[in-house]
Amino acid sequence: MSATETLVPFDDVLAAYDPALGLEVHVELSTATKMFCGCPTGFGAEPNTQVCPTCLGLPGAMPAVNRVAVESAIRIGLALNCEIAEWCRFARKNYFYPDMPKNFQTSQYDEPIAFEGFMDVEVDGETFRVEIERAHMEEDTGKSLHVGGSTGRIHGADYSLVDYNRAGIPLIEIVTKPITGMGEKAPAVARAYVQQLRELIVALGVSEARMDQGNLRADVNLSLAPKGSGVLGTRTETKNVNSFRSVERAVRYEMQRHAGILGSGGSILQETRHWHEDTGVTTSGREKSDADDYRYFPEPDLVPVAPTREWVEELRATLPENPTQKRARLQADWGFSDMEMRDTVGAGAFGLVEATVAAGCPPQAARKWWLGEMARRANDSGTDIADLGVTPLDVARVQALVDEGSLNDKLARQVFDGLLAGEGTPDEIVASRGLAIVSDEGALNAAVDEAIAANPDVADKIRDGKHAAAGALIGAVMKQMRGQADAARVRELVLEKLA
Amino acid sequence: MPEITRDEVAHLANLARIDLSDDELDHLAPQLSVILESVASISEVAGADVPPTSHPLPLTNVFREDVVRPGLSAEEALAGAPASEEQRFMVPRILGDEQ
Repeated sequence: MSATETLVPFDDVLAAYDPALGLEVHVELSTATKMFCGCPTGFGAEPNTQVCPTCLGLPGAMPAVNRVAVESAIRIGLALNCEIAEWCRFARKNYFYPDMPKNFQTSQYDEPIAFEGFMDVEVDGETFRVEIERAHMEEDTGKSLHVGGSTGRIHGADYSLVDYNRAGIPLIEIVTKPITGMGEKAPAVARAYVQQLRELIVALGVSEARMDQGNLRADVNLSLAPKGSGVLGTRTETKNVNSFRSVERAVRYEMQRHAGILGSGGSILQETRHWHEDTGVTTSGREKSDADDYRYFPEPDLVPVAPTREWVEELRATLPENPTQKRARLQADWGFSDMEMRDTVGAGAFGLVEATVAAGCPPQAARKWWLGEMARRANDSGTDIADLGVTPLDVARVQALVDEGSLNDKLARQVFDGLLAGEGTPDEIVASRGLAIVSDEGALNAAVDEAIAANPDVADKIRDGKHAAAGALIGAVMKQMRGQADAARVRELVLEKLA
Repeated sequence: MPEITRDEVAHLANLARIDLSDDELDHLAPQLSVILESVASISEVAGADVPPTSHPLPLTNVFREDVVRPGLSAEEALAGAPASEEQRFMVPRILGDEQ
């Protein structure tokens, strides 16, 4: 399983090959109940406490389709500019793996509920149209715990333990057509597509869409073709890439790996691959079998879904604003430059800034915290900005504390430290860490006097009108006050006393 | 006439995880061919006025409202399991890969 792959430098890949991408994204819906039974869907429940005869596949149990899941599927399809099927069926996808106790997954095969759509994806100001092949309904699988062996993985395990709480939770699988013509931007287009898709899903309110909790999971198909050939090469499918950053890295890695194999006269094996977040490589999974091997057939226990055009139009009326228009509108509202907007979108912070502004934060402050502070921290810890554990409400509250003079930017950063460490709300952290700015004028005056006494030569310079020298005294006071003073007020006091 | 070959039966048996011996394959392939032929004769009867159907009921859009219903407790769920551990179903070592 070790990575002994030859990786070709990225620029050399581009000189010789055209990359083609295909993305399959699974969205776990946030319905109250599962796709085919009335079991609850909450995250983190005790094992096997959200199960019933239907989702356990017990003999004689019959499925019943969740109306809200179908509505969510149609709304996702409409938001992706898809056609909505007039009539479609569920199908059984047969396979042997204990994550589905029925030995089949109820899915859709050749009759997806939504098909032939598109989403325009922006990368560095350039728009790429991603064609959507289909969006179909299916059910999630159980979770396996592999016991024994050293790795916690399937290989080498002695046995496995299965929790079926997740089995049967509604999933929508969204599949793109092959995306070409991206060149060097292929990794960024893949990332931007998943980011924008997530924003859309969140705006629709159909899923929590948290990649760290597996609500949104991306499979990345990649192939290379000789430059200018216009053909599609053999693809690999890298499964369950679970952050925006990883999507970008996985595409880049596979491009470099494919080029290494092709360049040495080899050929790509059509297979699934596993992404390893820690090492940033993919390793071989299972060889891809023909679709026929799943022996799909129409699900006999469910009747077809035939959304009336009236119903579809009712659902269309519930769609949120088109993302491109919304972006233009908010850019104007916020007064962001094109560059600021591009950076915000590129960092995956558009929705976060929007929510922060909605919570009362000035737009530029929201941008500053998310793009300066949070993006850096996300980058340091290798997580996505949305998964840091700091919410738009937190950021808005911190900025409100700054605006009312209780915090300065330096102290605000310490509040973010506390938020990341899970120490509670911003107000709790200010209290427990003792971060509030000291507004006690007596204490401030004393500290200023002390600084003047300790630095007589600096004080003389200021008396002589060299106000630039005040910085040294302000610094001394801030140090004395452990940063918990309003620097502007300290400056005023220094200049007053030395006038 | 549809015919199912010995190789196809072997392939299907493999997909269904049914271990068939050479003798069984020899025996089953012709039998399955006869069954296929019998079923195929139905298509001779169906005229252009008979739409293909996968379901006996002329129904569509049968939905359940998204309301939680009581299910099983973990004890009940695991009662029929041959083995369990940590409130989970215990299954033998998995040889294949995730789907």
